[in-house]
Amino acid sequence: MVMYLFCVLLLSIGIYCVAAKKNLIKIIIGLVIMEYSMNLLLVVVGYRKGGVDPIIDPSAANAVYVDPLAQMFALAMIVIGLATTIIMSAIAMRIYERYGTFDITKIGKLKG
Amino acid sequence: MINILPVFILLPLGAGFVMLLSHRIGRRLPAFICNAAVFFMMVMSFSLFFFRPVGSVMIFRTGCFPVIIGINLVLDGLSHLLLFTVNLVAFLIALYSVSYMARYTKKEKYYSLFMLMVAGMNGVILTGDLISLFIFMELAAISGSALVAFGTESEELEAAFKYLVMGSVASIFILFAMILLYSLTGTTNMADIAQSLPAGAYHAKMLISLLFLVGFGTKAAIIPFHAWLPDAHPAAPAPISAMLSGVLIKALGIYAIIRIFYNVLGMTNQLSNVFMVFGVLSLLIGVIMALGQWDFKRLLAYHSISQIGYILLGLGVATPLGVLGALFHLFNHAIFKPLLFLTAGSVEYATGTRQLKELGGLRQKMPVTANTSLIASLAISGIPPFNGFWSKLFIIIACIQAGRLWFALAAVIGSILTLSSFMKIQKYVFFGKLPARLRNTKESPWFMGTSMLTLALLCLVIGLLFPIFVSLIISPAVMSVAAGTGYAQLVLGGF
Repeated sequence: MVMYLFCVLLLSIGIYCVAAKKNLIKIIIGLVIMEYSMNLLLVVVGYRKGGVDPIIDPSAANAVYVDPLAQMFALAMIVIGLATTIIMSAIAMRIYERYGTFDITKIGKLKG
Repeated sequence: MINILPVFILLPLGAGFVMLLSHRIGRRLPAFICNAAVFFMMVMSFSLFFFRPVGSVMIFRTGCFPVIIGINLVLDGLSHLLLFTVNLVAFLIALYSVSYMARYTKKEKYYSLFMLMVAGMNGVILTGDLISLFIFMELAAISGSALVAFGTESEELEAAFKYLVMGSVASIFILFAMILLYSLTGTTNMADIAQSLPAGAYHAKMLISLLFLVGFGTKAAIIPFHAWLPDAHPAAPAPISAMLSGVLIKALGIYAIIRIFYNVLGMTNQLSNVFMVFGVLSLLIGVIMALGQWDFKRLLAYHSISQIGYILLGLGVATPLGVLGALFHLFNHAIFKPLLFLTAGSVEYATGTRQLKELGGLRQKMPVTANTSLIASLAISGIPPFNGFWSKLFIIIACIQAGRLWFALAAVIGSILTLSSFMKIQKYVFFGKLPARLRNTKESPWFMGTSMLTLALLCLVIGLLFPIFVSLIISPAVMSVAAGTGYAQLVLGGF
């Protein structure tokens, strides 16, 4: 239960970070925190009490295995998160080249 | 017949990678490969209409796993409608890009990202599995946002960053909902989830629906979650604006909403009310905000929000006629909105500006662009005999039949406001006095002209022959939506 609450806490920290921070890099970090909270949630959802690695071992016939599917998803999500983070950092770098600042209150050309 | 469903994902993915190498051999090769691949997929998706018996489901199983375990590609009526729409529009836009992108550098990267986006959308539409839906959705969204930033001007970069932040937050909400659904049912196969969703668990289902609604609502740019669209769509190069507005928000947003809420979670009365309220809000606020715009493409972008509102309203009514109207409008909007963006791109290509006040009197100089734009404007405002009229009529009649007179009235008002804002475009761009600066304007190259003419012709032909078209393509899609959670039996039934 504590772990679930911790995931939600991480998620809220990430949302706060994205919504309230004015710096592009901090916004990216907020998104990464949100992604990691979801990865953690996946692992927690897949956990079974007293479970072992999901590799079938003939010597331990009635062992409890943790859910491998959830762990696989967590891996896939890490890769997707990497792609998002890279492209966002690339765009943030280009924005820095144009304006010389990461502060979103100083670069706003768009409205609405 | 061998199962060709994986072709729709593997071909664009493969073509996207081959392109990056092929431009060393020939400068024009990437454009050619892109067009050939998308043309092939369009022909295939159309010919599948004759191979797939109505009401049946085509399934491709990866490996030798049974349907319930493996990751499947599923083609039912709804997927088929979307698949045909995406590939048809993608082909015409790829054709247009040949001339339009001539002034940009690094064209092979453009075409490669374009193919990745098509692969992502086809994947979202075809997959029968929640997690692969998520992965394909991210593929389409990331390549889409890279394409928004393609010009690397400051405006485009900002728009792309905003799109990425909002898109990623939406994705995380969707992922949250998927994880909850997975822990509730222990499976990610959509058909299996529909079958094994426990009857109780009211609060969990409520939370899941809410998260999905926020997530996919952001992807579809429904009104409270729309802030990224009016920036991202105008900033992109014109063919990409057309692609984003025409099919991306539908494949990632509306299709996923229909699939999840109708076929997986099951539709309830509360949800249908929520859809209708959001739909009416989007269609009114979108069009009112469009009225005040002076940027050609930004105005069109606000109209996308408004038209998505119509689709959502039709879906919310949830009678067969309402769903029919919604899906027909989805297809029609995928025809005339790209056409409008392409004409806007053509004007920008010829004159170098898209501010309405700097344009005027282009009718004599650019006859093809002016006439196709006129047809698209009439179609989007719902003037008979063009296609937009019939789908809006279906939605309004469905509202009246369901006893929702206020919603029907709102839809009519939205349509009138749409007409007035497109009259503004016609007046300021194509009629009126030609500014001295634009004396030497020429019509755009014929690649662009062909693509615009084809789309305009489609508007007219579908408007005139709509009974045939509806019974051939839309009705099977309505059947698969109306099946509701019976989708599970359809997919798993034969195995």
